[in-house]
Amino acid sequence: MIEVSNIEKSFNGTPVLKGISCVFESGKCNLLLGGSGTGKSVLLQCIVGLMKPDIGSITFDGTVYTNSKIDIRQEIRRKIGMLFQGSALFDSMTVAQNVEFPLQMLTPEMSPEERRERVEFCLKRVGLENAGNKMPAEISGGMKKRVGIARAIAPQCTYLFCDEPNSGLDPATSIKIDELIHEITHEYNITTVIVTHDMNSVIEIGEHIIFLHQGKKLWDGTKDEILNATVPELKEFIFSSSLVRAAKRIDEETEGGISAFAEESEAGGGI
Amino acid sequence: MLTTFGSFVLFLRGMVTRTERFRVLWNRTIDEAILIGVDSVVIVSIVSAFIGAVTCVQIAYNLTNPLIPQSTIGYMVREMTILELAPTITSIVLAGKVGSSIAGGLGTMRITEQISALEVMGINSTSYLVLPRILAAILMFPLLVIMAMLLSILGGYLAGTLTGVMTAQDYVEGIRTDFIPYNILFALIKAVVFAFLVSGISSFKGYFTTGGALEVGAASTGAVTNSIIAILIADFALAALLL
Repeated sequence: MIEVSNIEKSFNGTPVLKGISCVFESGKCNLLLGGSGTGKSVLLQCIVGLMKPDIGSITFDGTVYTNSKIDIRQEIRRKIGMLFQGSALFDSMTVAQNVEFPLQMLTPEMSPEERRERVEFCLKRVGLENAGNKMPAEISGGMKKRVGIARAIAPQCTYLFCDEPNSGLDPATSIKIDELIHEITHEYNITTVIVTHDMNSVIEIGEHIIFLHQGKKLWDGTKDEILNATVPELKEFIFSSSLVRAAKRIDEETEGGISAFAEESEAGGGI
Repeated sequence: MLTTFGSFVLFLRGMVTRTERFRVLWNRTIDEAILIGVDSVVIVSIVSAFIGAVTCVQIAYNLTNPLIPQSTIGYMVREMTILELAPTITSIVLAGKVGSSIAGGLGTMRITEQISALEVMGINSTSYLVLPRILAAILMFPLLVIMAMLLSILGGYLAGTLTGVMTAQDYVEGIRTDFIPYNILFALIKAVVFAFLVSGISSFKGYFTTGGALEVGAASTGAVTNSIIAILIADFALAALLL
């Protein structure tokens, strides 16, 4: 579980995060939802330690991360896996070397044979068992995201952070990436935090959603509660999508919530 | 200016605190030494051989006094090569080739979030990416400068003898006249200092790149120009201090 308490962050005097407090639950896909420029990515970077918040604290399973000693921060960082928006694969390494890299750096006690087995396992888990020898430039955007996920889970991370995992992907690939993240989260009981503005992701995997608007947390809840939220900014955000308007219609007809809509879509009912 | 210098010092300090394991650094340093050193052999060879040749021909052109022995040409080529041309010109050439490569490489890693990926993994990115580059440069620049000295003197020999401005015997006699071994040491000290400046400044420029492809290009250009200016200032300072 990750606890964020009263985080504030400004750039050149312009406040971007205004006292955000929230909890990211273990074993769940926690979505940070919001429009562009609402501070989602800044909050994510503060949580993983790429940025230092001006005020506030972040706690990982009871261990305070912000302003703690470098050894403690390093220890927590080694439990963090992150999927970047552009995948951030190392250009000079093959797919397999990219996945092996954190193992080489973080677990020197592993033998080369153990590392090879772990790499094969992770690549197989994300469905890329035959792509190990390819260079990042030779694979598609969706495959890069999957390699990014394999690299993140290779050292058996406890916390998985995904910065807009669906950006630049077609809808079908986006759904596959969402499903993969969801499966991995439950399979390994990882605390997953996903930054997104994609309502498809909310419908697919939004087990715990935190809505940000202009640097403030305005709402949090589950995907089944989001359609009935009364916060005007959230309603404006989610109902700008025709997909969600259709979900709302089905919700009203079936009273099954957004989960019913997702099930109906999967069954081929369409919008 | 002072703020930038302070940032540079902090950048260097971050590189040597919490360093990665020795084996990781060693492997990375060898990789970088190949990129910096081996891949620069051809360009350094061409530049140094022609500089030696041109120096010899131009000195011969200016030495018209019959009272000055022809061996003076060889002597002057040697002194100019060892003291100035080999270390300084080689380093300026490497500032262009290696400096832009370092800044461009790190800048691209920065804007594609590869450096952030290292940081999130708990890896000290400056130690992993920058320290091996600086160590490799400090290792390879002196070797390239020694090679440049030899090829420059050889270029002078070939130019002098093939164009007929002097005999081989005069050139060799000049090369061996009043040789001061300290000059070699001085040249190597310069090479080490220039290596540190080129690799350090280029890494600093590349590491803190923000924006996109345009800024990566600007960082590479800035790395080269700043490195060359730093080389020239250090060249003067070292000559004033050590000669």
